[in-house]
Amino acid sequence: MREIGTRLWYYFYGILIVLMIWQAVAIVVNLPIIPTPLLVLDNLLNIFASKIAIHGLYSLWRIVAGVFFAIIVGIPLGLCMGYFKSWDKALSPVIYLTYPIPKIALLPVIMLLLGLGELSKILMIFLIIVFQVIVAVRDGVKGIPKETYYPLYSLGAGVFDIFRDVLVPASLPKFLTSLRVAMATAISVLFFTETFGTQYGMGYFIMDAWMRVNYLEMYSGIVILSYIGLILFGTIDYIERKVCCW
Amino acid sequence: MIRIKNLTVNYRSVGECYAALQDINLELGEGETCAIIGPSGCGKSTLLKVLAGIIKDFWGSVEINGQPVIPSKQRIGFIPQNYGLLPWKNVYDNIRLGAKIKNKNDGEDKEALNNIIEQLGLGGLENRYPREISGGQQQRVALARAFLLKPDLLLMDEPFSALDAMTREEIQEVFLDVWRKQAVSTVLVTHHVEEAVYLGRKIVILSLSPGTVSTIIENPLFGGEDIRNHPDFFKLCLELRKRIKEDWSK
Repeated sequence: MREIGTRLWYYFYGILIVLMIWQAVAIVVNLPIIPTPLLVLDNLLNIFASKIAIHGLYSLWRIVAGVFFAIIVGIPLGLCMGYFKSWDKALSPVIYLTYPIPKIALLPVIMLLLGLGELSKILMIFLIIVFQVIVAVRDGVKGIPKETYYPLYSLGAGVFDIFRDVLVPASLPKFLTSLRVAMATAISVLFFTETFGTQYGMGYFIMDAWMRVNYLEMYSGIVILSYIGLILFGTIDYIERKVCCW
Repeated sequence: MIRIKNLTVNYRSVGECYAALQDINLELGEGETCAIIGPSGCGKSTLLKVLAGIIKDFWGSVEINGQPVIPSKQRIGFIPQNYGLLPWKNVYDNIRLGAKIKNKNDGEDKEALNNIIEQLGLGGLENRYPREISGGQQQRVALARAFLLKPDLLLMDEPFSALDAMTREEIQEVFLDVWRKQAVSTVLVTHHVEEAVYLGRKIVILSLSPGTVSTIIENPLFGGEDIRNHPDFFKLCLELRKRIKEDWSK
């Protein structure tokens, strides 16, 4: 419990620093386009439950769904590519060719094919995260020293045993790091996709407030978006401490 | 019963083929220990890997109890130089690992597990991770895992070489203690003459490239009480040293 308390204190500390910088900039600039944090927080408290919460939940659900599918596809692929040379040989060129394509450039195509609804947004997040997961997990498996397998081979361990007892745990830290790196990109791309064809999501909320020149609401949205990021990163940290405590 | 006949292993490196082991012949009775001693690069580890079923590409025949080596059919315990513990499993799960993979269908023998933990003095460390315990303790965990398996054959690759002198002697003692209660056919590779004399009923000297068996010595002192302080122990060590020196300078 005490440990969680310390963590929360660190988060609080981070929030405090950001707020102080924000306050300083607001005072220096002294224009309506940068309102002070106090005004924004006051506005946020007033409209959170009535207006923002539903948008936040929509964004969160899209990210979680995209990450979920990226994990379902990326981890098994990465593990197989890392362990079986033939898989790596066959799939690496495909990954290398498609990985650098800016996924956001595919948005019009995806929207045309899958429509403007949830599917195209989730697919976008999936596409951004899955490559990082595949490459990180594959390299994690490749980095396992050969000697680690020997005692298991001499026990006659099957492929399933090797996956469960060696490959999965050994590649877990790299997988979580890749998730962290990809998460930030995913959130910013999500923002972009939510400005099209939807009336829910933080992207829609922020752009809508901007169009209405309601800077207080716009900043309230930005604050919530950054909290969503904080929650996601915090969750990954928490999972890492739980499952990678070795 | 372990029987190695005309074993030759070739290595391929940068397109060139060279022999790591040539024409090895060796027999090891049920419940015997055999120490293999040889210079670096003579193929000691290669020999162990063949016995462990890790290297499958070789000439000649290697049999455990009359059957060729197939890891999934026999019970082989293999302790590599770095002990082979999985860093992400705690001591308890590391010890269970061998038996868990081997006895898939039969339930776990909790009593045997607790006995072996007790015997190797690992009580209280069950929840620690390998990086949180000392080298000597890690070696004990590796031994516990191997003995819990009740193997047909136990293989150890320079098992005690990374430990300081005092810990090494202590663990050698522990090994013999457990071995006396559960006589397992054991092949261990070492480059310490004293270790070979202390732990090997058979002592096999390998010579350098390609690795061949140059001498097999039946060790009359093996298993005696407190042999480390026996004058014959020193004599045998000296003799062995001399023989090794002659052998390796050829």
